[in-house]
Amino acid sequence: MTRSAAQPLPQASTLEESLRWLRIMLTIRRFDETIDELFAQGKVHGTTHLYIGEEAVATGVIAALQPGDVVTSTHRGHGHNIALGGDINAMMAELLGRETGYCRGFGGSMHIADQSLGNLGANGIVAGGLPIAVGAALGFQLQQQSQVVVAFSGDGALNEGAFHEAANLAAIWKLPVVFVVENNQYGMSGSVKEMFALGHLAERAAGYGIPATMVDGNDIFSVWEAAGQAIETARSGSGPSLIEAVTYRYKGHSKSDANRYRSREEIQQWRQRDPIDHLKEYLIANGADGSSLAQIQREVAQAVADALQFAESSPWPDPSMLEDAVYAKEDGTHV
Amino acid sequence: MSEMTYGAAIRSAIEWEMDRDPRVFIMGEDIGVYGGAFGVTMGMVDRFGKERVRDTPIAEEGIVGAGIGAALVGMRPIVEMQFSDFIMNAMDQVVNQAAKIHFMFGGRMSVPLVIRGPAGAGTGAAAQHSQSLEAWFHHVPGLKVIMPAFPDDARGLLLSAIRDPNPVVFFEHKLLYKLKGEVNETDEGLPFGRGIIRRYGAHATVVTYSLMVHRTLEAAEHLAKKGWDIEIIDLRSLVPMDVDLVVESVKRTGRLAICHEAVGRGGVGGEIAARVLESDAFDYLNSPLLRISGLNTPVPYSPPLEQAFMPSVDRIEQTLEAWLTQEVTSQ
Repeated sequence: MTRSAAQPLPQASTLEESLRWLRIMLTIRRFDETIDELFAQGKVHGTTHLYIGEEAVATGVIAALQPGDVVTSTHRGHGHNIALGGDINAMMAELLGRETGYCRGFGGSMHIADQSLGNLGANGIVAGGLPIAVGAALGFQLQQQSQVVVAFSGDGALNEGAFHEAANLAAIWKLPVVFVVENNQYGMSGSVKEMFALGHLAERAAGYGIPATMVDGNDIFSVWEAAGQAIETARSGSGPSLIEAVTYRYKGHSKSDANRYRSREEIQQWRQRDPIDHLKEYLIANGADGSSLAQIQREVAQAVADALQFAESSPWPDPSMLEDAVYAKEDGTHV
Repeated sequence: MSEMTYGAAIRSAIEWEMDRDPRVFIMGEDIGVYGGAFGVTMGMVDRFGKERVRDTPIAEEGIVGAGIGAALVGMRPIVEMQFSDFIMNAMDQVVNQAAKIHFMFGGRMSVPLVIRGPAGAGTGAAAQHSQSLEAWFHHVPGLKVIMPAFPDDARGLLLSAIRDPNPVVFFEHKLLYKLKGEVNETDEGLPFGRGIIRRYGAHATVVTYSLMVHRTLEAAEHLAKKGWDIEIIDLRSLVPMDVDLVVESVKRTGRLAICHEAVGRGGVGGEIAARVLESDAFDYLNSPLLRISGLNTPVPYSPPLEQAFMPSVDRIEQTLEAWLTQEVTSQ
């Protein structure tokens, strides 16, 4: 399943494109590592869900989208928004609860989303975005447009009723939606081995008449290829697909997680298969220059440091805005 | 002006908007050839086609969520809950998603979605098909809640609901679907948040909405023969609520009663009472206030039990009379 570094690049992917992916993945990692540090220092309140270890999924899937396509994201949504090209200054400011944040401080970690880039919302409710994704796809179908919707979820979402209803609606109406299941092995502490009686989560799609595939979620090329096929299937009017991307989260479910349900050894084993290391090895084997990779890494670190500085120097929101913010006075900025 | 039923007036509003605006469509269970469980969408599929009058599986969470998603990409969906009780199956999408999207994303998105559903008891449909659940939605910031009592209001308020950029929960009372009334089939929507005085009176204000407007009006006529002059306010819209109209009325009459079919405990009546007590109308109150509501039980099945659950004309009349008389004697 995993491509070896000795294999050539997939045809449609250029070295330049792959370097762009590396920059995105490094940005996601550095961004979430910074958030982790801020929590450890007590500089942010609330909670957060880090995408560290899963970067290849968001990056590979979103690389296969076209302008105008949309996604629904999850509680673990920073990676999706960064992969879409989101502004990390506004993301960091939102996490720090500032007026300059994406949601002006109304949303926080679980509601960061850039609609102008096609993000219909991160979502604090497991599977909550899935019926919404299906509705967006219905909207595109009714408008006779060719946009596609990618509905991200975790493994846990597949045991929610919302997934069942959304999958069935997508299937019977042949909607242009791709369900991308980020199987990071745990719904909080619940192991997929305990919470599913299935060998592979992708098997569940058969019950809806939806084609499904399982990919190595730590290999961006596999993710990108599978997503590309599913997205084009959806765009051509052939209906929904499901991709199970097998991956792993290195950090706890949220900031309060003491990792009591898994072993250090297990985490270490997965770190051996790190998606960023994998892509770097691959790029070097295919002619990339090691110093240019290090340069990207430095630039990313600087950009995230700048984002933090931007956020910390941004004003707090004014509570007098609250009551007036509940109802829309006119239609919002739709994608 | 033409005479039509409450159900036909609702259909008229939907058809009007579907003719006017290609973004509007409706989906729900059995709304196509079947015409909807209460016949509201009868014949619409022939006129607008299966795409825009869309039969769905029995999947309320999916239907409401799909309405939200379609709204987010520029459509104007109307979703029908076959019985308003079934919205319980969709609560995450209504409460955690639709109601909060505008706010929690900092105003970057809005959800122009109408959720319609038949509410109320009186049809022998028992505990899971007869509830009046408006208080649940009234409690959730981000939702608007509309409960019309007359055909003309139903049409005008539904036009406004479809045009509103926010999620609107629109409760229709099952016992009103066949009620006839004059309806103005114009393009003009009725603004939300405006109650109306259905009957002017000097002795007490009764605040009510939906089916209970009709029952309190009838009770008031009976009481008029006994010398009591009751003012009746039909709120029409619970969120936003026309508190000013109520406060002004209470300042004139000095007495406040509230009548709704929903169970009293935690009901909208408590909110109405609190708003009046917080206002300068407090100084004008001559007596304790009165709530007349559904019993604090699930809706029962057997006819005498169901009738006992709902405020009847007799119960409303007797309760009001006892309250008015007691006040007079205690003064």
